[in-house]
Amino acid sequence: EDKEEDESKEEDNGSQQNRVSRRKNYQRKNRNGKKAREEGSQKKDRGKTAPNKDQKESENKEKKTTKRGKEGENKHMKGRKSSTSSASSNSSDEESLSEEELAMLKEQVEQKKKLISTMRNKPWRMVKKLSVLREAQDFVEKFEGALGKGKGKKLYAYKMMMAKKWVKFKRDFENFKTQCIPWEMKIKEVESHFGSSVASYFIFLRWMYGVNLVLFGLIFGLVIIPEVLMGMPYGSLPRKTVPRAEQATAMDFSVLWDFEGYIKYSALFYGYYNNQRTIGWLKYRLPMAYFMVGISIFGYSLMVVIRSMARNANESTADGDDDNFIFSWKMFTSWDYLIGNPETADNKFASITTSFKESIVDEQESNKDENIHLRRFLRVLANVLIICCLCGSGYLIYFVVKRSQTFSKMQNVGWYERNEVEIVMSLLGMFCPPLFETIAALENYHPRIGLKWQLGRIFALFLGNLYTFLLALMDDVNEKLAEEDVVKNITHWTLLGHHNSSAGNDSIVTPAPLDPADVPRGPCWETTVGIEFVRLTVSDILVTYITILVGDFIRACFVRFVNYCWCWDLEAGFPSYAEFDISGNVLGLVFNQGMIWMGSFYAPGLVGINVLRLLTSMYFQCWAVMSSNVPHARVFKASKSNNFYMGLLLLILFLSLLPVAYTIMSLPPSFDCGPFSGKKRMYDVIQETIELDFPLFVAKIFSYLANPGLIIPAILLMVLTIYYLNAVSKAYQHANAELKKKMQMQREEEKNKRNNKASTNPMLQDLEDLLTPSTKTESPPKQAEDKKIESPNGSSPARKPGRGEALAGSPTVGERGAAFTLPSPVFVTQPWTLGIRAPYPGQPRPWGHPLGPVPGRGRGQPCY
Amino acid sequence: MGNKQTIFTQEQLDAYQDCTFFTRKEILRLFHRYRDLAPQLVPLDYSDKPAVTLPYELIGSMPELKDNPFRQRIAEVFSEHGDGNMTLEDFLDMFSVLSEMAPRDLKAYYAFKIYDFNNDDYICKSDLEKTVNKLTRNELTPEEVSLVCEKVIYEADVDNDGKLSLADFQHMIVRAPDFLSTFHIRI
Repeated sequence: EDKEEDESKEEDNGSQQNRVSRRKNYQRKNRNGKKAREEGSQKKDRGKTAPNKDQKESENKEKKTTKRGKEGENKHMKGRKSSTSSASSNSSDEESLSEEELAMLKEQVEQKKKLISTMRNKPWRMVKKLSVLREAQDFVEKFEGALGKGKGKKLYAYKMMMAKKWVKFKRDFENFKTQCIPWEMKIKEVESHFGSSVASYFIFLRWMYGVNLVLFGLIFGLVIIPEVLMGMPYGSLPRKTVPRAEQATAMDFSVLWDFEGYIKYSALFYGYYNNQRTIGWLKYRLPMAYFMVGISIFGYSLMVVIRSMARNANESTADGDDDNFIFSWKMFTSWDYLIGNPETADNKFASITTSFKESIVDEQESNKDENIHLRRFLRVLANVLIICCLCGSGYLIYFVVKRSQTFSKMQNVGWYERNEVEIVMSLLGMFCPPLFETIAALENYHPRIGLKWQLGRIFALFLGNLYTFLLALMDDVNEKLAEEDVVKNITHWTLLGHHNSSAGNDSIVTPAPLDPADVPRGPCWETTVGIEFVRLTVSDILVTYITILVGDFIRACFVRFVNYCWCWDLEAGFPSYAEFDISGNVLGLVFNQGMIWMGSFYAPGLVGINVLRLLTSMYFQCWAVMSSNVPHARVFKASKSNNFYMGLLLLILFLSLLPVAYTIMSLPPSFDCGPFSGKKRMYDVIQETIELDFPLFVAKIFSYLANPGLIIPAILLMVLTIYYLNAVSKAYQHANAELKKKMQMQREEEKNKRNNKASTNPMLQDLEDLLTPSTKTESPPKQAEDKKIESPNGSSPARKPGRGEALAGSPTVGERGAAFTLPSPVFVTQPWTLGIRAPYPGQPRPWGHPLGPVPGRGRGQPCY
Repeated sequence: MGNKQTIFTQEQLDAYQDCTFFTRKEILRLFHRYRDLAPQLVPLDYSDKPAVTLPYELIGSMPELKDNPFRQRIAEVFSEHGDGNMTLEDFLDMFSVLSEMAPRDLKAYYAFKIYDFNNDDYICKSDLEKTVNKLTRNELTPEEVSLVCEKVIYEADVDNDGKLSLADFQHMIVRAPDFLSTFHIRI
């Protein structure tokens, strides 16, 4: 309102002649604004180094600016009064008067605004912040309208209003965004009970859920929904119909549970899709879309994983010089302020104590290897045992998969025979990791290193299992391919025969089409592979949930309630409560994702199942953790392990890319099912699209691009680029290390210098004193300091303890003397530290251990 | 947002949002947390700024703080008179500094104050000893404690005066990989 009044007043005396000068004003204002901003940033820089000083400075400035502001205001008021009283004659005068003022004001307003926006970063009390804030806001309110005049002023006011609105909008948007992050409160709750390492698993889970939602959107939006809406309906084609022989049992639950029957012939699997080039009135190119979505799933996942890895790496660049501040970091950053649970706190206390002890032991370097040969032997033995386990489990899986192939040819096999592979794999996944852990106890590694080994071994186990499974599947696929050739001929002849017979019987009526359910089919290996992956995923989900229920929940119930009538303490003793197994859970998640990546090409519905799985496991595991787990005894840091998980994920992504790429590039698709049937290879769909849908020259360009003569140089170029970038990054790393070393050296040198100065000078002094005893009575400052050291318990009356001196500025050697007022002459002549202090001036002293009483220490009296 | 609340005026809320790292919703939540500590003391209307102070015993019993070995220091540093008794504004201040969004410099400044037990603007050996003993619940022997303290001073003391100034502390803490992730309290 005030602003508007101002406006009207200004407009009253708004005269044409002022325009030019006004424009000038504006230019100046802009310049000044810039300057102010620069100043602000400088201030900020300074503020970083010494907030204390900065605080005072800014306070002072505050006062000054407010004073100045008031002056400005007064002048302005005066100006306005005069201008209102005498219309246009005075206006030029006012202009000249307020030109500089306005510039200044503008600057101040900018400053105030900066202050307002950075208010929350100030280490002040809230009361002070509030009052300063109010002052600044009033100031800005008052003067930002007065800066312009006439039209300019209106524009300015409008701009300000929009800026305010924009800030408000941004704030609301931020609020909205934080509300939209799912499960934030749940994760916070877990975090406060179990520390950040357990929460890191849930954050990882949430991230995974986000990625899978995108994949789900891609597949459902571009493949499944178009097929369901616009494709041929169920029962119109052989590939979309359950064969006659299976129709009787196709709806039984036991059949559906194995993903046979109606589920097998649904849009969830590869085989259902037709090879029609375009479907529906949209002329949607479904085969093309199917292929592109399959590729873009991998592309998107790779991009997301690598991007988040890079972000993590950027965040953790600071922890380069690990060995400089071992103890300091342990002391000041090891307590996790998030811990809000007594048990976690107990564990944290224990782990901090042990880590301190470990560091002390490391520091003393008294690691007397009691029997290095025995330890080496044990380690080798442990590794041999574990490799045996890995090989054994790999063979077992291979054997079981082979057996299952023979079972699948037989009729009437029991439930166990049909699910043997899944059961064996789940059992291996359940029992091998604890076995490894037991064996790893032989090795006697440091727990941190031990954990890495453990993770690596479990990873190898899972990976071995996965690849054996894949190899067995490959055998299966090859068999199916051989079978297919036979079936193809049969189908061909059947159709031909049917046609002939109908033609022979009645040549006028068109032959009644063969029912799609009766057409003999090929085995359709793609759907088989898809079903295999879906089954594996589902059984994995079930096993995980049952493990949680039995291993965590029922165990917890048992321990909790049977404890009242048991002969030993169940809670503290043998079964106790389960810990949350972070590494196992993360690895499980990572491998599950690998399955999804591999399987989604042949079973588009798999991603949907996975989304459901992640969603339920978020709630289920949160509940299980909170209800039946106890915090870890050995807490490992979340911040560093995160990128490790991502690295595993990337590895799995790459490994799951290989088999899919192999099948796409080198196996012929089935002749009677799937979107690529009838083609020699799956990627032919691209060539087809280019030839039929694009103008001729595009096809030509593509044929040139596909030329090996072009591809090989391109690959070469890429390799060279990688080599070059690698070399550059290595050089940077080297330079970085060098710089770090230099800084370290400088620091040491400075310390040396200070120490030597501090310690040698008094020595020289003492020597001098010995030579010329007469000067002693004058008690030079250095000597006064010596006295201080002799009587550190504040026996010197002349000095105020600590504070005043501490505030006097950075304690450099030069100021040292000046800081002391001379005490009453306490007489010290003995150079008592002559032997302990620097043996030679200029030689660095051994740093690792408590230095002898360094003179500098006398300064911090209240510490003693 | 539409939902009416009568605890604060709009200006108060805006000012608090400018002075802390919290959103409007979080400020209201914090107010309710504060009020839950002593519903009979804290009024539901803060628009006329009542001078209510909660004693340290109540603040220290919050689940977020009660297991923290430094809870007394935290309360003292953020309270107006250094006695651990807090007004609502002190309370907001405390959780703002300890929130996730607070910048490293601000956190480092307050961390320094928290670890400076005797308020002499330096972290000296006695402060360090207190810190170690609090962190380990007096499990270390005095020799070990003093060794640790000497190592800390040796590592972090750049200007070589036998104690850590704020500059020393900041120099050390900005390089710590876990400082930001551990020096915060979610509420």
